[in-house]
Amino acid sequence: MVAVTPTAGVPTGPTPTARRRPGGRPLLRLLILAAIVAVVLYPLIWMVGTSLKSQEEIVNNVGLLPRRFTPGNYTAGWSNFDVSFGRFFLNSAMVSLLTVVGNGLSCLLAAYAFARLRFRLRGVWFAVMIGTLLLPQHVLIVPQYILFRTLGLVGGEWPYLPLLIPQFLATEAFFVFLMVQFMRGVPRELDEAARTDGAGPFGIFRHIILPLSRPALVTTAIFSFIWTWNDFFRQLVFLSQLEDYTVPVALTLFIDSTSQSAVGPMFAMSVLSLLPVFLFFVAFQRMLVEGINTSGIKG
Amino acid sequence: MALTTAPDPTRRGPGSNRAHASRRGPGHLRHSEGLAGYVFLSPWLIGLMGVTAIPMLLSLYLSFTNYDILTPFSEARWVGLANYERMFTADPSYWHAVRVTLTFALIAVPLKLVAALGVALLLNRAWRGIGLFRGLFYLPSLLGGSVALAIVWVNMFNRDGAFNSLLSLVGIQGEPWVNDPDWALETLMVLAVWQFGAPMVIFLAGLKQVPTELYEAASVDGAGRFRQFRNVTLPMLSPVIFFNLVLETINGFQGFTAAFVLSNGTGGPVDSTLMYTLNLYITGFTDLEMGYASAMAWVFLLAIAVLTAIFFSTGRFWVHYSDGEDR
Repeated sequence: MVAVTPTAGVPTGPTPTARRRPGGRPLLRLLILAAIVAVVLYPLIWMVGTSLKSQEEIVNNVGLLPRRFTPGNYTAGWSNFDVSFGRFFLNSAMVSLLTVVGNGLSCLLAAYAFARLRFRLRGVWFAVMIGTLLLPQHVLIVPQYILFRTLGLVGGEWPYLPLLIPQFLATEAFFVFLMVQFMRGVPRELDEAARTDGAGPFGIFRHIILPLSRPALVTTAIFSFIWTWNDFFRQLVFLSQLEDYTVPVALTLFIDSTSQSAVGPMFAMSVLSLLPVFLFFVAFQRMLVEGINTSGIKG
Repeated sequence: MALTTAPDPTRRGPGSNRAHASRRGPGHLRHSEGLAGYVFLSPWLIGLMGVTAIPMLLSLYLSFTNYDILTPFSEARWVGLANYERMFTADPSYWHAVRVTLTFALIAVPLKLVAALGVALLLNRAWRGIGLFRGLFYLPSLLGGSVALAIVWVNMFNRDGAFNSLLSLVGIQGEPWVNDPDWALETLMVLAVWQFGAPMVIFLAGLKQVPTELYEAASVDGAGRFRQFRNVTLPMLSPVIFFNLVLETINGFQGFTAAFVLSNGTGGPVDSTLMYTLNLYITGFTDLEMGYASAMAWVFLLAIAVLTAIFFSTGRFWVHYSDGEDR
């Protein structure tokens, strides 16, 4: 089945003493949990079900599942606009994957400096970095837009630069922080040993920290992919040509034309757009859940 | 990657005769390491300056000007405090947006946290299904912020949506909730509460840290379940509650996507979903009043800073940190 392993990886896992309040009412608890599962899953199942209904059924059958499964909405939605959704998906994939690379590289470098190297003002810079953790992106969007536009990068030859440049400059302080925390757990004796063998700061980074930071890199990669894939605000602001649109921006085009006939295709494309995130969830469920545990993540 | 600093310069660092000491002495600043530190930090520093600090200063300057993006930046017209004056005295829709945002955060955030804690308590037992439930409950937090899910949500609470079809099962004739100014914001609150999974996971981790001896001691003292919850669980969990509260409140103030989708970018119906960030977006990018939008951004930033400060200063009265542990 799915990679849902019961909490095996959690160090302070279920111990015999954890059954402290004997009994409870297992059946009652199970019923409540089942009800919550229903509430949680209902919108998702309804979404998939509606996307597979025929136009007629969308109007007449508000039930969870279609009486007859029809894939028509998917083909209709795919080519609903002058530019096909294939293009939007490629755009989104490109932005998300490049963001993963940018965040991984730049945050790793910064984290290594903060976690391992001693330099003037390190404490000050670290405090500044922590300060930017809570800085809302909405505060910076207007001046960033003006700046990138003045540089000719908004709607320029490659309109994704304003989205990607910040990602290659370690501006997602959250990932820097996550990696710093992780690197602090790497034994310093390894650095010392490498140093005795003549390695400098770069050698230690290359041979010790980089290979050992893989788990933190993977967590960063997964979360930056999902967040960028879902992100709407920045992409809405910086992308203006239809052929440059990413999936979230393209989806809002459906809202403009809320005739009843658009509902099916709109739902079909919504389902497709959530599919990558869902697959990530299935593949990395435990890592995602534990990723939040170790670091505490914005919801 | 191919950059390597020969170990030699290390020795020529401040006080070469102390080279031996510097190997071990953790407080010693070595020249090459200091340089390397800045080399590794440089992308972040450039980002801090170019993407964060300079834009912030630019934004502060802009907030005292009138500027539409159509003219060159040099033509921004200095207007002093006029933007702030307008915001505080002459712009009812600004205060309306503040009210909408506060209402949203004040209701949605506590509900979400209560749901998260409640479900975490239900799951906090040693049994096999927990991983499955934990994963399922976390799924909405991954999907819920997307445009796609907001689209589904809006349709679900529409006249012919799934919610009304459920209501009709019990004989209630539902209305188009998302088109009703009295209910539109509430549907967004429900969407927020639906994403209770992320704080729930953090609560679960916190619950694992509560020593079982405390419960044993409490029950020896004759404390019932409720008193155990009140006197053991809640205080022991208070750091995690605090963390979730700060995080979710700040997130709650920034809700944008769902409100944008519900209202097609207008904040409607009748401005009922005009969240602060949506108002800022409309001001800056639809009305092209970038100076005024910058003033809004600065007030927003200050409000969040003040709020965080209030959280942290009141936190010491109710957040309990166990002795000697820095969690």
